Amino acid sequence: METTDATFVARARTGDSDAFRVLVERHSRALFRLAFRMTGNQQDAEDVVQESFLRAYKQLGKFDERATFGTWLYRIAANCSLDLVRSRKRRSEHVAQAGGNEGTDEIVLQLPGHDPTPERMALSGEVRERVLEAMQELSANERTAFVLRHFEGMCIEEVSRVLDCQPGAAKHSVFRAVQKLRRSLEPLVSTAK
Amino acid sequence: MNHLTEEQLVLHYYGEEGDALGAERHLDDCPECREIYTSLQRVLNVVDSLPVPERGPEYGAEVWRRIAPAIPARRKWFGWLPVPSFEWRWAAAAISMAGLLAAAFYTGRHYPQNAPFRPAAVTAAADPQVGERVLLVAVGNYLERSQMVLIELANADPKGKLDISNEQERAADLVSESRLYRQTAEHTGNAAVAGTLDEIDRVLLDIARGPSEVSRTELEGLQQRLKAEGILFKIRVLGSKVRTQEGKNAPSGRG
Repeated sequence: METTDATFVARARTGDSDAFRVLVERHSRALFRLAFRMTGNQQDAEDVVQESFLRAYKQLGKFDERATFGTWLYRIAANCSLDLVRSRKRRSEHVAQAGGNEGTDEIVLQLPGHDPTPERMALSGEVRERVLEAMQELSANERTAFVLRHFEGMCIEEVSRVLDCQPGAAKHSVFRAVQKLRRSLEPLVSTAK
Repeated sequence: MNHLTEEQLVLHYYGEEGDALGAERHLDDCPECREIYTSLQRVLNVVDSLPVPERGPEYGAEVWRRIAPAIPARRKWFGWLPVPSFEWRWAAAAISMAGLLAAAFYTGRHYPQNAPFRPAAVTAAADPQVGERVLLVAVGNYLERSQMVLIELANADPKGKLDISNEQERAADLVSESRLYRQTAEHTGNAAVAGTLDEIDRVLLDIARGPSEVSRTELEGLQQRLKAEGILFKIRVLGSKVRTQEGKNAPSGRG
């Protein structure tokens, strides 16, 4: 039977670094996915993963054992990602001011179904840029709530625990995020007629 | 016909809309809502098109290798040395035992000629003075720091909630240290010291694992427990014994 996170957390809290290593090995891949979706950049995601574990280790004494370690770790990683995204955003604003948006208004995709199409693949670079821009327009809570709900498949209840808010507020953040994304990205999609 | 709101459509997409069947029926019958819902699906499909690089099963070990050198020392070892890892602590215990055996062997070799021969291991077990002195110094230091943490909490009188994260951190440090002292105390046959250390350890562990913010009532509960179990008194008594014993065991410069 696999030992639970709680057991390893308890051991790590008493200074057992081997126990913490097990937690790192267990959660790194999931944390990388989350961080990548939050930051949109591999190197940034790598940095977020490392920083999250370092923060988690420092704050182990504050971890409430009634919560699950994974949820707590996601919260730390989401905050690390947001810190990084904010600093990147400030930098990208300079790039945008230097004329980085030219031509993007002409991108119109035809996306009839769920499966990746050759068109989608061919334009994925531009789409990616637009999606990342749209994601960066979301507030911290909206972005986190959306990534957790949409990509990580967490239910609203779990999202609210990560965000440390009421389920109603988490639900509203998800809704606001989708609403904003729809407004930003709708010009990208058009029905094949 | 009442149309579905944008929020209801989003919730329906995620399967979180309470009346899923009703929403589905409405989408079948209402071209306007269906169009909005289809547009919503397309937008979210575009978002899904973001590729995520996959990391292999060895990724966790890789992350550990990168962060291990930067893991800050949460636990202190004699206050200033970095925290020994699990293996290092056992190695340290083994080295201590080897040191005890070597000391016992040395003592045996240089004891007066007429003393009866005793094997080294037996000498170490029967005459644990060297090990005891090492233990006493470490335990004295540990007791002083435990007392400081507990006195701070015993004397705290907050109006509202009290942030004890600092005390928690120190308590956690002390808990990790005490394990080895207890083991050494047991090894050297010092059951009384081991017993008291165990009692202190239990209180410190509860503090370290409790919430970092405590209410006045919770704090009073802890203060009553300290009083009822006489923990601070026991620490003072043991501390005093340790200091006396330490003085007795100090090298006298004999020979």
